[in-house]
Amino acid sequence: MTQTPVEEMSFELAMKELETVVGQLERGDVALDDSIALYERGAALKKRCEDELKRAEEKVAAITLDANGNATGTTPLDAG
Amino acid sequence: MSDLFDDPTPGQNTPVFTVSELSGEVKRTLEGTFGRIRVRGEVGRIFKARSGHLYYDVKDDKSVLACTTWKGQVSKLAVVPEEGLEVIVTGRLTAFGAQSKYNMNVEEVAVAGQGALMALLEKRKKQLEAEGLFAPERKQALPYLPRFIGVVTSPSGAVIRDILHRLRDRFPRKVLVWPVAVQGKNCAAEVANAINGFNGFTPGGALPRPDLVIVARGGGSVEDLWGFNEEIVARAVAASQIPLISAVGHETDTTLIDYVSDQRAPTPTAAAELAVPVRLELLAWTGEQGARMTHAVGQSVQQRKQRLKDMSRAMPKPERLLDDPRQKLDILFDKLPNALIRGVQNRRVQLSQKSAGLRPQALQQLMARRHDKLISLSSQLNLRTTSQNLALHKERLEHLSKQLDGLHQQRIEKTRQQLDAAGRQLEILSYRATLDRGYAVVRDAGQLITSKATAAKASALEIEFSDGTIKLGGAED
Repeated sequence: MTQTPVEEMSFELAMKELETVVGQLERGDVALDDSIALYERGAALKKRCEDELKRAEEKVAAITLDANGNATGTTPLDAG
Repeated sequence: MSDLFDDPTPGQNTPVFTVSELSGEVKRTLEGTFGRIRVRGEVGRIFKARSGHLYYDVKDDKSVLACTTWKGQVSKLAVVPEEGLEVIVTGRLTAFGAQSKYNMNVEEVAVAGQGALMALLEKRKKQLEAEGLFAPERKQALPYLPRFIGVVTSPSGAVIRDILHRLRDRFPRKVLVWPVAVQGKNCAAEVANAINGFNGFTPGGALPRPDLVIVARGGGSVEDLWGFNEEIVARAVAASQIPLISAVGHETDTTLIDYVSDQRAPTPTAAAELAVPVRLELLAWTGEQGARMTHAVGQSVQQRKQRLKDMSRAMPKPERLLDDPRQKLDILFDKLPNALIRGVQNRRVQLSQKSAGLRPQALQQLMARRHDKLISLSSQLNLRTTSQNLALHKERLEHLSKQLDGLHQQRIEKTRQQLDAAGRQLEILSYRATLDRGYAVVRDAGQLITSKATAAKASALEIEFSDGTIKLGGAED
């Protein structure tokens, strides 16, 4: 089983794999040694998902434009 | 002669213009009389000169009006004329003296009524659809959880507020707003520029490249939303490498951008819902997955423990393991002496059964039986039959030899008769018979002489007659 490092996974992929891991563990047809490795993988995936979910941050900025309509930078936007 | 020259005659005082004077007069009259006017008609041929000036016809079923819009005016047009479009043009009538033509300088173009607008929209839709810009396979999948969301809309107003509110409720994200005019003549160009601009951001550049773009505007009249029906907007959306959600107007308003976008949202709020999942739900889900996982592993260990316990319970005690064989051994050991005795007894019985039949009497009987058989067989073997056979064969032999003799005798007789007949024949044909009739045969030393020449050479002659031979000459015997 070739595994992508958890840190490189997108949130969606990590979610999908976590679901698979849980399913495998619940079916209980995994050898004990494998199930421990699987659990570790699952825990890493869960952490990856949680980190992403905790990283929820709101930052709103508006793009500033020059005379030709090209983006020059950003300015904080307070849209109430 | 004088007819050839324009010689003013009395009573004829019509003024004479030069062509340019007249041209100028006509131009002044046209401009002065009509002033600024509005004309309704259908756009005909269009020619955009390299200079940037726009030349086109506005016509009805009978007449054609030549129109020009100078380069500097073109960018200010709210509607760029398109062939077949029903428009109202506003401008001044003027004349072009160099070609004896009049035309209208148009400063404003407006679509003539909603019907005409809708017809135009329909036409564009057909064209873009024919190009395959609406094809489902062109649609990109939206990212599950975008990191940066680009929003193309007006920086003030309810739309951006609604989007940010809903994003905050669901999953706060980083949002970059590209401010644009959402109506009016600059709308289409600014929106297209914003979409292209977001796509132009390089990943890791000074400005983060959004992984999702929302183009949004609140509800309004068809004219208000018209910028989102413009071809440049539709083409910018189609070219966007970043997945794009369109949310223009209310649910019932469908603009050209909605057909080209990867996903159409009925309202700006709905666009925010399509953009991100609900964070709290995902957190709960993740927590649940973790709990299930821990439970599953615990369960798995528990199950194995239980099975181990069950199996070890089912395992017999080591000291009991030998009980059975030991008992078996005891029983067998008990049986051993008896078995030996019984074996000998059994054999004895067998011996006596076998030896019972073994008596001299039985042998004698057997011999007697054989003897009887011998006698009976030898009785069949007598001489009579043999001598009879012999006599029979002798008789047959005699008969056959008689037959053979007879056949032999017959054959000799027949041959003799044939010989006699041949002898007689020979006598008849022999020269000796001729001798009887007076002929003689002359020979020299046994050689037959048939000519006088041979006879003359011969040393002696023998002449044979029927009754004997005489020799003439030669040595006497």
